[in-house]
Amino acid sequence: MSTAYLKPASLEDAYTARAEHPDYVLLAGGTDYMVGILHRPAPVGVIDLFGLSALTGIEAGEGVLRIGAAATYAVVLTDATVSESFPSLRTCVSEIGATQIQARGTLGGNIGTSSPVGDTLPVLLALDAILELGSSRGTRKVAYAEFCTGYRQTLLKEDEVIVAIELPLPSPGVQFWRKVGTRKAQAISKVMVAASARGSGETLTDVRLAMGAVADRPIRLGAVEALLEGQVPSLELAEQVRAAVADAITPISDLRSTAPYRLRSAQNLAARFVLQRVEAQA
Amino acid sequence: MAPDSESGFSRREVLATAGGAAAIAGLAHGAVLAQEAPKGKIAWRGPSAGKVRLKINGTERTVNVEPRTTLLDALRDHLDLTGSKRVCDRGACGACTVWIEGRPQNACLLLAIEVEGVPITTIEGLGTPERLHPVQEAFCQEDALQCGFCTPGMVMSCVALLKSNPKPSSQETREAIAGNLCRCGTYPNVLSAVERVARGGK
Repeated sequence: MSTAYLKPASLEDAYTARAEHPDYVLLAGGTDYMVGILHRPAPVGVIDLFGLSALTGIEAGEGVLRIGAAATYAVVLTDATVSESFPSLRTCVSEIGATQIQARGTLGGNIGTSSPVGDTLPVLLALDAILELGSSRGTRKVAYAEFCTGYRQTLLKEDEVIVAIELPLPSPGVQFWRKVGTRKAQAISKVMVAASARGSGETLTDVRLAMGAVADRPIRLGAVEALLEGQVPSLELAEQVRAAVADAITPISDLRSTAPYRLRSAQNLAARFVLQRVEAQA
Repeated sequence: MAPDSESGFSRREVLATAGGAAAIAGLAHGAVLAQEAPKGKIAWRGPSAGKVRLKINGTERTVNVEPRTTLLDALRDHLDLTGSKRVCDRGACGACTVWIEGRPQNACLLLAIEVEGVPITTIEGLGTPERLHPVQEAFCQEDALQCGFCTPGMVMSCVALLKSNPKPSSQETREAIAGNLCRCGTYPNVLSAVERVARGGK
């Protein structure tokens, strides 16, 4: 069994290819898909979106930063608006794989693969990202919080392509990203925590707290967000967060980590989000 | 590679021939699928083996491979460019690091067909045993290799770093080689080699 290869020259061609071949794999860098490709049944075909110019730009527009789905991590990393307004995304991307992976991996690829351990996914949840999905039928927008519906399941329809990721501006003034892995580079994460908050002064408002690798999909922890909303960070609040995280998630043990280790790490990282604000105020 | 004394064939030639037979066996199936190819301007290739033009170290080379052949396999098994090493074959170790348009990438994570026509540089494009690249020379001087299997990839990452940043800090070098694993643990000497080049080779 071998594989056909399609290289669309335009977005319209990509839509056509997708409509005619819904069973083909969309490739946008392939840093995940290519791992072990010869040890799995070959795909019937691939539609290669890497480098498609309609999908690679990053532009700051009115009230939104629009990142093309096939923009590489290396490009995201050097974008001025990302550095200025979305430091949590920048830090996250700088810690993905290493130089080689960052030159090839794309945000849209991470979203489409929809692994529960996709590094950027909790950040997108914490930043209220909106996805633009396109097909020959037109385009539509979906909140990333709605997009992932289960283990590697998404709302992407058979004829659709992820076109862009929109991050609302102005961005949250408080942003947080931490992941835990076996080593700093080239390690699949055991736990990731992304968070954000707005509001003036010490009070946290519009709190978002998202995690990866603790459930079948990247998730927001609504109960912990509610606990934090309108609060002033304190040591007591950090302890309450630890307890609330324990109630909110039930991570599993697998080849990369154990359930107790994941839970403790998730609790500590969520508490760290609160504690770093306490330290900032001290 | 030296030919086997009895057969006169190198092991690589035998493997390449065997691969060719497999490709022919796959043709019948490919012909059926090819009829479903969409019309218009969408470039359609495969699924059977076909010519892929690779621009490697400034020279155009043509390989006859299936679309799902990785760049690493094309380099090693079809073009006899065995400097790029196949170790993990899953994007974790960096031993197959090549430059795609000047940027280090893992050849094992790329389809050869994905980088058709795109400038590729392999370790063979940097230096020769008679005329080493300054970074290769520095690796020798600083004893920056033990078994040497990570070395081609490590050198590719170091040279790319020095091209964009001629005087990197130790931390910057560490980050540049974070995607290159060395089981012998020669990292400190790799850092020394990069420092030596940054100092002008002394």
